[in-house]
Amino acid sequence: MSAANEAIVGRAPHGAIHVAAHGAAHGGHGSRKSYITGFLLAIALTVVPFGLVMSHSSIGTPLIIAVFALAQIGVHIVYFLHVNRSEEQRWNLMALVFTAIVVCIILGGSIWIMHNLYANMMPGIMQAPMG
Amino acid sequence: MAIGDTTAHGGALALEPGYADNAADALRDLRPAGETIDFELEQHHDAASTAQLGFWIYLMSDCLLFAGLFATYSVLHTRTAGGPTPHGLFDLPYVLTETVFLLVSSFTCGLAMLAMGRRSRGATLAWLAVTFVLGLAFVGMEVHEFAHMVADGAGPDRSAFLSSFFTLVATHGLHVTCGLIWMAIMMALVVKKGFTPSTVSRLSCLSLFWHFLDIIWVGVFSLVYLFGVS
Repeated sequence: MSAANEAIVGRAPHGAIHVAAHGAAHGGHGSRKSYITGFLLAIALTVVPFGLVMSHSSIGTPLIIAVFALAQIGVHIVYFLHVNRSEEQRWNLMALVFTAIVVCIILGGSIWIMHNLYANMMPGIMQAPMG
Repeated sequence: MAIGDTTAHGGALALEPGYADNAADALRDLRPAGETIDFELEQHHDAASTAQLGFWIYLMSDCLLFAGLFATYSVLHTRTAGGPTPHGLFDLPYVLTETVFLLVSSFTCGLAMLAMGRRSRGATLAWLAVTFVLGLAFVGMEVHEFAHMVADGAGPDRSAFLSSFFTLVATHGLHVTCGLIWMAIMMALVVKKGFTPSTVSRLSCLSLFWHFLDIIWVGVFSLVYLFGVS
């Protein structure tokens, strides 16, 4: 019982400080400034690639579009979902990194395997969409 | 008497009645009665952060579902079976309007969370209402686009490209629709009950869900619409 008591005594002040800090940060939902920064960045990262593709600019390549998309996803994660490297968020961050790795494997693997499959087994079809 | 109530309440929240009872006993032995409130707040806080982490894990698994659909679309988007191609089918200014609606709704959802942090019921409800209307406009535009495509003979049964397109985009649209239903329920709960620990925790999860759907939409408009037309 004394061990349990020690644990509680150790926890209670931490809890009190924790709740106070939590309240000050508006329930862990970031600040108005972070939402406005995120919103402006996201708008810019949306309008620019749309503008490039709609104006048939030579810069509007798939690579550039992908860079803008990844940048915007990063902005959303940091400024809207408020994922950071703090102690509280450790498991959220771990789950996110793991998911990102699996998504890369699913997407990259599917495209790679199916491209080889089409190229090796149906050579006629590979030319069809181009013509 | 007050301590007895706290014990019962804490036991229900922690899902470990034995632990909570022992903890409350320990507090009664060691600390003045007033300080049990800190412990109770911590219990709410722990329950809320466990719920948030659990919901986050759900979002990550939902992300994997979308990864599967994105991979399917990437593989099949050139299989047009002599039917419509992405080039002639997609109307970019229309998609840009949809995108801006969803992005602004994500921002107003964030403002609703800030209002909730201040415990301002009126502002929270107002920003949630704006978010709801923008989300509804997004779903409405998407349904209109789909109806238009089906009427033009570019329905999901036309080619592998269109099957994978409709599956990916409609799955996202269905998520947004579920988010709207959830948001309507939460608005009614805030009106009825105010900011209880339960409504605050559920609203936080809803906001995570809403921001997550916007992230998926970034993938959709980039991979489907911009790649398709560029």
